[in-house]
Amino acid sequence: MNDVDGNGVSDGASPSRVSVTPAAAVWLGRLQAEHGPLLLHQSGGCCDGSAPMCYPLGEFMIGQRDVLLGHVCGTAWYIGGKQYEPWKHTHLTLDVVEGRGSGFSLEAPSGIRFVISSRLLSEAEINELDEPARGPQTSTG
Amino acid sequence: MTIYKFPNTDGANVKFASRYLNYIGGKWTEPRKGQYFENPSPVTGESFCEIARSSAEDIELALDAAHAAKSAWGKTSVAERALILNKIADRMEANIEMLAVAEAWDNGKPVRETLAADLPLAIDHFRYFAGCIRAQEGSMAEIDANTVAYHLHEPLGVVGQIIPWNFPILMAVWKLAPALAAGNAVVLKPAEQTPASICVLMELIGDLLPPGVLNIVQGFGFEAGKPLASSDRVAKIAFTGETTTGRLIMQYASENIIPVTLELGGKSPNLFFADVLDQDDAFRQKSLEGFGLFALNQGEVCTCPSRALIQASIFSQFMEMAVERAKQKSQPGNPLDTATTVGAQASNDQLEKILRYVEIGKQEGAKVLLGGARAELGGPLAKGWYMQPTIFSGDNAMRVFQEEIFGPVVSCTSFEDYDDAIKIANDTLYGLGAGVWTRNMHTAFRAGRAIEAGRVWTNCYHLYPAHAAFGGYKQSGVGRENHKMMLGHYQNVKNLLVSYDENPMGFF
Repeated sequence: MNDVDGNGVSDGASPSRVSVTPAAAVWLGRLQAEHGPLLLHQSGGCCDGSAPMCYPLGEFMIGQRDVLLGHVCGTAWYIGGKQYEPWKHTHLTLDVVEGRGSGFSLEAPSGIRFVISSRLLSEAEINELDEPARGPQTSTG
Repeated sequence: MTIYKFPNTDGANVKFASRYLNYIGGKWTEPRKGQYFENPSPVTGESFCEIARSSAEDIELALDAAHAAKSAWGKTSVAERALILNKIADRMEANIEMLAVAEAWDNGKPVRETLAADLPLAIDHFRYFAGCIRAQEGSMAEIDANTVAYHLHEPLGVVGQIIPWNFPILMAVWKLAPALAAGNAVVLKPAEQTPASICVLMELIGDLLPPGVLNIVQGFGFEAGKPLASSDRVAKIAFTGETTTGRLIMQYASENIIPVTLELGGKSPNLFFADVLDQDDAFRQKSLEGFGLFALNQGEVCTCPSRALIQASIFSQFMEMAVERAKQKSQPGNPLDTATTVGAQASNDQLEKILRYVEIGKQEGAKVLLGGARAELGGPLAKGWYMQPTIFSGDNAMRVFQEEIFGPVVSCTSFEDYDDAIKIANDTLYGLGAGVWTRNMHTAFRAGRAIEAGRVWTNCYHLYPAHAAFGGYKQSGVGRENHKMMLGHYQNVKNLLVSYDENPMGFF
């Protein structure tokens, strides 16, 4: 893992669309130890909509239009294809705060909640970033 | 003006138990694993009771109780079912102040709103569906001279309901009243942020329903919500929340081929055409009030009018008046004071999310016209989760215009003309609510039809009568709530196709 923006770390080569704070990385590690490999999916809409949801890998079906934002602590982080469009100029850092959470995210019973901090991607970063991968593509031929 | 005492203090009208169990088969039942979680009040940030932390075993117990109760309840006459719903409404009404304070304490919202909206609407909802089920009729169609098609309504059986935290009692009642009226047994999971007020309600009304007809199982989404949503013993699942969990619930439902209704929020545009300022009259004030409703329930409303679109020719003048009005009328304070218009955010993480949105809004260049920070209140409220009502001015492409912040934050921009207004209004992933304000009813009607949203409040906002359908277009969800049509989401249609002809068809 390499330091990307001073307030978090990301897997792989920089630049990246996502990173994770040290505190959130600790929690991801704990949840991985308890539940096995994980997956993050950025939610939208009401209630806990601006929060990332954390599931055991395989629990949530990633669709062909979901966008892979990147990986944090080896965990893939997706966002819905339509939601990606208005979000694509921003960089997301997985962070953690005290809270009750909701939805079906794994960390909620621990009294903490994953949240995101956002910042604008710089023009240089946008130029360097490749078009992100999507969910599983199946041939229709 | 009244200031209610904090629950569990001398002279308070609400006394919470120190611990709430699950309500299963008409009895308060300990969670099988014996685990509990702390439930803090947003008013003070301090825990005031423990709540059952349930697991799949508890959901199964509740489903056992519901299945045992469903046949008798489904066959109970509509007159009897309606009578029970009316009795529930009467008892709630007789205890409205107690319930209103309990709700304010559990959620953080001002008691002014729970007294004027949450509880009266919930009470009326039971009465409305009591009336609907009495008046509902099937149909009979004459296929030919000797063949008749009868259409009868039957309950689905046992349904699962997962409730959000923003209106804990009212959102539960939105789902419960039609389900119970239609003759279903229910397993309901409240939100883990606001689990207590529904227990207070059940203590009050539990004896009115046959055991097992309504079961409450508390706990977290992954531990209790998933076993409910993925059970092959529920005939339908209803959920209010956000899009990722909505997808997960549809995914589970697909395993069992059951219907879902989903309400997943929005980013509701509130359109102000130039003529609202034509005269300095009551309607001008009504329009400005319509703008100010972004702070209702601290913005924690799926239909929060969080995008204000104001015609360019009046933008500066309108904003000046709107900001001034918000300064005067929307100040966070003690939620148990009936003079308070803005209470606490429902959880610490919610407050944190709002503050982070304010940050990205600033980075994107949105101007802060009001607020923009946590509200620091003193004394016993110092550790509560309060946010200053916040007004942004910016561009619809910004994140603060595109995502539901679920806080007292409105993002304002201008439009040139009607076409521009509709284009901006519809430039969103969501389509739950919208507002249109104009003195010109032709403009109002055209705009209302052109906006892609399930409800367009026209020269009003944030009214939630039981008799008006509520639900989303686009990513805001599937299905509707409220209105008698909601019965259809909790009923099967039985068609009896009957031949009264004694003779063979002569075909085979």
